[in-house]
Amino acid sequence: MKVGILAFHGDFSEHKAVLGSLGITSIEVRTVDDLAGVQKLIIPGGESTVIAKFLRETKLDRAIIKRVRRKTLSIFGTCAGAIILARKITGRNAPKSLGLIDITVDRNAYGSQLQSFEASIDVKDLAKSVDVAFIRAPIITRAGRRTNVLATHKGHPVVARQKNILIATCHPEVRGETRLHEYFLKM
Amino acid sequence: MLQFRLVKKGRNILGEDLAKMLKGGVIMDVVTAKQARIAEKAGACAVMALERVPSDIRAQGGVARMSDPKLIKEIQKAVSIPVMAKVRIGHTAEARILESLNIDFIDESEVLTPADPFDHVAKKDFKIPFVCGATNLGEALRRIDEGAAMIRTKGEAGTGNVVEAVRHLKLINREIAALKKMSATQLAAYAKKERASLDLVKKVKDLQRLPVVTFVAGGIATPADAALLMQLGAEGVFVGSGIFKSKDPAKFAHAIVQATVHYKDANVLAKVSTGLGLAMPGLEISTLPARMQERGL
Repeated sequence: MKVGILAFHGDFSEHKAVLGSLGITSIEVRTVDDLAGVQKLIIPGGESTVIAKFLRETKLDRAIIKRVRRKTLSIFGTCAGAIILARKITGRNAPKSLGLIDITVDRNAYGSQLQSFEASIDVKDLAKSVDVAFIRAPIITRAGRRTNVLATHKGHPVVARQKNILIATCHPEVRGETRLHEYFLKM
Repeated sequence: MLQFRLVKKGRNILGEDLAKMLKGGVIMDVVTAKQARIAEKAGACAVMALERVPSDIRAQGGVARMSDPKLIKEIQKAVSIPVMAKVRIGHTAEARILESLNIDFIDESEVLTPADPFDHVAKKDFKIPFVCGATNLGEALRRIDEGAAMIRTKGEAGTGNVVEAVRHLKLINREIAALKKMSATQLAAYAKKERASLDLVKKVKDLQRLPVVTFVAGGIATPADAALLMQLGAEGVFVGSGIFKSKDPAKFAHAIVQATVHYKDANVLAKVSTGLGLAMPGLEISTLPARMQERGL
């Protein structure tokens, strides 16, 4: 199994470190060629506007959608990664999303950096007290029928899965938390 | 509870987290909401809201201060990416004003005229994160001890001359490498000489890097400049006058963003460097009447 991390921008090295601590070597994905041998892809935190722009310019957007439809690629997106994967994005200057999980996200819905926070969340059937950081995080305002909500925080879904797509609106990777990554690797 | 933990640790962990999300990106100086939109569209990961870019501050002289909150609010309304703004070195009141405006990051910057000849802002007292400039490791350590959540090189702002940013990044990296060979006694002496905490010095020795995200700033004017600094180990780039003082800002902004991400790919660098038009006019460092990097050491 080859694991790739989308490495245009954002906290991709933190994801790499988490995978490394699990004994998994990962590759950095920046081109369609890089994606070719990858079965698992992580889309990290960062600015979704920037990541979406590079996905479009490198044509990785179409390549990723095609691979997911063929069921040969699983994806884990954190924060900006979750936004990129959503069916619909609301909020100012929203980028174009990949539409691979049936949720609507409101970008930066909590506010600015002063409203960033950390929390400990319980993930259904998986783990209790997972330490995560919500950094200028989005809020999931709608989750479709086929979307399985795995964790909530103050009533909002924060971790969800639909088939081979896993998303978190927060960052387990900046707290050195490995359990969501382990779950993703087994997906 | 959270506030308590952050103060207790003496670090702005959430601010350090935000800095991690900016890595590999370009933070652009903008003086209007319209420029902020151009920056966001071109792929900036954040904007720095200010009234005058460094090259104009240098040319016009006088005291440079925090921007009018009206301008900062307009820029906040125009974009969805993080908004940063500058305070004068040691100007705690300007910092409180920016914090109340709910911006995302404060740059305690030598580009503005320093307000306090003795001290920097006591950054641990704030919930909002700070980024500070440094010309060498000692300076970076002092700023981190004060609570900075991110470090950038000072370079020499407003010159379009990259040499000082290269100097500062290389100095920081070399001084970190030199820690490796130091004995416990030497480390203690180094910490004392640099007025830095021994704990932090030891941590940097072990990590072989600063414990916070490190960007470069000061004099970056072309895509090749950005790529050079990324190749030297920078984690991202601030561009001040380099974009909106160039002939075609949207094109320069796009090209510098591409070069920062694809810094290892010479084909991409050649492509984005082609037909860019005139870069900002540059200045030779030895001819400068005042060097901003010497402010607030």
